[in-house]
Amino acid sequence: MDFDKELDARGLNCPLPILKSKKSLTDMSSGQVLKIVSTDPGSVKDMQAFCKQTGNELLSSVEEGKTYVFFVRKK
Amino acid sequence: MGATPDTDVIDALIRQRVDEILSQKLEEKLAELKANKTPSMTIIATKGTLDWAYPPFILASTAGALGWDVSVFFTFYGLQLLRKDLSDLKISPLGNPGMPMKMPFGPGWFKGINWNIPNAVQAIIPGFESFATTLMKQTIHNNGVAGVEELRDACVEGGVNLIGCQMTVDLFGFTHEDFIPEVKEYCGAATFLPMAKDADVTLFI
Repeated sequence: MDFDKELDARGLNCPLPILKSKKSLTDMSSGQVLKIVSTDPGSVKDMQAFCKQTGNELLSSVEEGKTYVFFVRKK
Repeated sequence: MGATPDTDVIDALIRQRVDEILSQKLEEKLAELKANKTPSMTIIATKGTLDWAYPPFILASTAGALGWDVSVFFTFYGLQLLRKDLSDLKISPLGNPGMPMKMPFGPGWFKGINWNIPNAVQAIIPGFESFATTLMKQTIHNNGVAGVEELRDACVEGGVNLIGCQMTVDLFGFTHEDFIPEVKEYCGAATFLPMAKDADVTLFI
């Protein structure tokens, strides 16, 4: 999937993947896609809830071995 | 007066119809208001140890990232969390049976041991709290958990309103210069309560 920016949140734990995603999205413009790579299993549910609350679109959430990859389109 | 029964019937019909429309409109309006309202949260932070610094800062920074309006009222020992230098925050395993005492280094089997050190022993070893704090900080680092300072910075960036309790500032002999300049407000219970009344979530930590 195409993306405009990538955030490496590997090794970080709750709530850092969400806080850093929020920070990355702030610098992006509407419609751009952020790719987030995380190793925190809790981030799967948290990313869903974050997107639902903030109105950003969670395009995909995939588990690849021990990493979790998310694509989020900015509102 | 033959018209009277008719008027009663018409009145009753109007009343019934108005009730129907009103209840339907009210539900729509309430749903609309709920959807457009920015959620809000107020927290009272009362603890001043390294472990208890986490719940208020994690919840406040995350709520800030979700776009909520957040205010945290720091009172009593919670004031320690507003100090310019947070490196003095300590954890105490004394009288805390819920705290696993594990080593953050060494081989896996060694890390897995839970050191059950009796309270009486903990209490007489000088520097035991500092020792436990060092180990806890290493464990926090090893697990990719944010530092307290990092979370507090995230709160400030996320627009969280940090409030100091003026009464406890005076009680403990602090001055406003002891705290980070991001604390914009020092007030009391009468200011906090109306904020909590209108908040969707209020927590006492």
